[in-house]
Amino acid sequence: MTETATRPAALGRYEVVIGLEVHAQLLTRSKMFCPCPADYINAAPNENTCPVCLGLPGVLPTINEKAVDFTVRTALALHCDIPPFTKFDRKNYFYPDLPKGYQISQYDLPLSLNGYLEFPVGGEAVRCGITRVHLEEDTGTMHHAGDVLQSATSSLIDLNRCGVPLMEIVGEPDLRTPEAAREYLVRLRQILTYIGVNDGNLEKGSFRCDANISLRTPGAQELGVKVEVKNMNSFRAVQRALESEIERQTGVLDSGGTLVQETRGWVEAQGRTISQRSKEQAHDYRYFPEPDLPPLRLDAAFVERVRATLPELPEARARRFQEQYGLTAYDAAVLTDTREEADTYEALVAAGVPAKLAANWQSGDVAALANEHHTPLQHSGLGSDGLASLLRLVEAGTINGPTAKELLAELYVAGGNPEALVRDRGLAQVSDTAELSALVDAAIAANPAAAADFRAGKQQALGQLMRAVKDATGGKADMPLVNRLLRDRLSEQ
Amino acid sequence: MTASTITQLAAALRDGSTTPRALLAGAIAHVDRTENDLNAYLAVTRELAEAQADAAAHTLEAHPETASPLCGIPMALKDVLCVNGVDTTAGSKILRGFKPPYTGTAVQRLFDAGAVCVGKTNCDEFAMGSSTENSAYGPVGNPWDIERVPGGSSGGSAATVAAGTVPFSLGTDTGGSIRQPAALTGVVGFKPTYGRVSRYGLIAFASSLDQIGPFTRTVEDCAMVYAAIAGHDPRDSTSDPRAVDDPLASLRAGVAGMRLGIPREYLGAGTEPGVRDAVEAAFRVLEGLGASLQEVSLPSTDVALSVYYIIAPAECSSNLARYDGVRFGVRVERPSLTEMYLQTRDAGFGNEVKRRVMLGTYALSSGYYDAYYRQAQKVRTLVSQEFDAVFKNVDAIVSPTSPSVAFPMGSRSDPLSMYMCDVVTLPANLAGTPGISVPCGFVDGLPVGLQVIAPRFEDSRVLRVAHAYEQATDFHAQLSPYATVAA
Repeated sequence: MTETATRPAALGRYEVVIGLEVHAQLLTRSKMFCPCPADYINAAPNENTCPVCLGLPGVLPTINEKAVDFTVRTALALHCDIPPFTKFDRKNYFYPDLPKGYQISQYDLPLSLNGYLEFPVGGEAVRCGITRVHLEEDTGTMHHAGDVLQSATSSLIDLNRCGVPLMEIVGEPDLRTPEAAREYLVRLRQILTYIGVNDGNLEKGSFRCDANISLRTPGAQELGVKVEVKNMNSFRAVQRALESEIERQTGVLDSGGTLVQETRGWVEAQGRTISQRSKEQAHDYRYFPEPDLPPLRLDAAFVERVRATLPELPEARARRFQEQYGLTAYDAAVLTDTREEADTYEALVAAGVPAKLAANWQSGDVAALANEHHTPLQHSGLGSDGLASLLRLVEAGTINGPTAKELLAELYVAGGNPEALVRDRGLAQVSDTAELSALVDAAIAANPAAAADFRAGKQQALGQLMRAVKDATGGKADMPLVNRLLRDRLSEQ
Repeated sequence: MTASTITQLAAALRDGSTTPRALLAGAIAHVDRTENDLNAYLAVTRELAEAQADAAAHTLEAHPETASPLCGIPMALKDVLCVNGVDTTAGSKILRGFKPPYTGTAVQRLFDAGAVCVGKTNCDEFAMGSSTENSAYGPVGNPWDIERVPGGSSGGSAATVAAGTVPFSLGTDTGGSIRQPAALTGVVGFKPTYGRVSRYGLIAFASSLDQIGPFTRTVEDCAMVYAAIAGHDPRDSTSDPRAVDDPLASLRAGVAGMRLGIPREYLGAGTEPGVRDAVEAAFRVLEGLGASLQEVSLPSTDVALSVYYIIAPAECSSNLARYDGVRFGVRVERPSLTEMYLQTRDAGFGNEVKRRVMLGTYALSSGYYDAYYRQAQKVRTLVSQEFDAVFKNVDAIVSPTSPSVAFPMGSRSDPLSMYMCDVVTLPANLAGTPGISVPCGFVDGLPVGLQVIAPRFEDSRVLRVAHAYEQATDFHAQLSPYATVAA
């Protein structure tokens, strides 16, 4: 209802201003400031902890260099500047999932500044500025016996996640619609996963988004009263929450009310945001330079070394796929959606599969199987090498399309060597013209009515004759050849 | 063996006239004799010490030549230093019963050298204080006069060496907390350059100022302990990676030809006349040894105290946030989280800690940060630059360690008068320079200390000057009444 009923109206009367803050966990092996494993999902509660991430008295942090590397890599992918001097700061607040009573973060001298992200929305290119990308540590997680901490009879704390490297990507308030916000996130996540710094999982919270949104009269220079929206666990939730918030803010403004600066939480089940914290209740985080960590100096040589490790980014790769392999823009986008997808495609082509054939199969049947089994090709029984063998058999005419489809579905799960299977099961396509001609004659003889219909101009009648030939070969007939032979024979006389 | 030096005991251990077990037994017996009056210990770690003494005995027997001079030597640790499995309270109620699951780096280096930990010493709560009266576990008596304070915050570590119980101990110095109690108890106390000794395992008061250092009876002993604990630690990012030069190599090089500066501001109106007399006599001794003395100026000294009382509380307000009752130490159970936090911290912290947490919270607050914390950081840089400028003209600075001798317990109830105790020690913390206090006289039977400060990383020079002075005098050899209590 929100999409159709309110959005266009709101967009007409008010200009929507949206800026997003993304928190992305880095895929480092160890935590940000201690050697504990960063894997908090596959560990028993509080298993991956040590005196440092438990915040015990007397401990000190040490910087995970890989996390710095990953953050610089991200910043470079987002066209940011990397200042030569950066430092960590303490953000002070009390909460049971923050054992030190402060989070080590970055305040006034972040690792990077002034980047941008470009992406299409409804066919138009949008550029959103990136204010900064900085590095900090994640908190622990809590499990309440009750809905929230305040009303819980007891609460359990798991500090496995505490200290996991977290990157904060702050976007400029350059977004004007909820769709643009969604597309920004889709493209940002794609880049992060491409460069291998984040797994992009919104549901599990390794990629999290908060949104700042305000309305103003079109043409106004000053920003309206800002509301921060939290608790959105999917791209769809971000879009819906922003739509709902536009509707709410429009309602307040239209009725002559004033908006208050506050933090609101998205309640998925109710499809609306509810107030969590007003400006007056906002924390004073008392940021100050982290005295336990000396400032970091990142020289140009380091930045260039990191830049050299950057892979080709999705947008550039899609452009190249169009040029190099003659793919459509759509196919190129689909095949570069993830780095694995694009790598698979290029592996198929390198293994001798024609570009168009590889594209059709990969984005068609293979994608469907991956979806059905929740298993990407790389982790399937077939693998990209097996797929290449199978498609080479198709290209060589050794097997026909339907046989290839059946084999693909079977091998995807069970694995095996396509060539050996075709040989052992005698699945090779029947493409001997003499043999097929005889079967074509037999089919015409057995289906005189269909033959007559076809001759009378009824094209659909050919299907019955095709099926007859196909059945006669146990499904192995070279169907394009059968089609040609049938037409030739029926057009004789 | 009471009141012996490390050097003497190391020789005795090697010539067979004593054993680590015998030294330990002597130390514990001396604790038993004196503790009622001194209250220097928060815990005696007998089991740990016995195991360490036995291990040291094996090392001494197997490798008498290569064993560290600290092997088998009894010592004590300020209770802000973490030892695996041993109660570590930082002198606070809030950490009652806390046993760290790890041992700090400096302490581990002593353990690796074979030193024997007799116990954990009393101190001002979280090292905040200059008299050890802020300990949640009662004040420490000064072995020269138990009605008087031993200084602080490392009062227990100073007192136990002054009482002759152990030949050395570790303390921590954030604004003078090693040097001032050393002066007030007539022992040697050394704060190394910031970054020379790892802070890993030191319960933080003010991270950018805290530094671990030794208390000893002689400067030579001090150099040996320093050599054992100094050096880079990958677990402390503020520890310096440069190699440590051997302080014993230049210890006896003397001060002939050295230029020593006397900061005009360090002998201000607050200096007691007796302290001034003793220190000026010390200057003459140094001149007699061939040093040239000149007056220098550190003009920001008067504001350094204000700077210190912004930066140290700011850092402590953050460092002490972890004492929230959630995971360790004391918790006051309350139905709501906020009430639990408030009641736990109200019950767990003493007044001085609360005062500094509030000062620091205020100084960092939105709207006040620029006026206080940022301004303080700028002046801190200025203080540091003034030291740099002075060290262009002199090799080291000499001054009193404390404007006064040990004062009676309870006589400084006004926080500001207590803060004045550190007025000549805390600039070295702000600048990160090394500083030592060495005994230089007595006023009415109470010890006076001479402070020596050198540029950052010139720790060996500090020890060299102090050693030259010490060897020309015999103040260090005078024993407190508690060091001569017979068995």
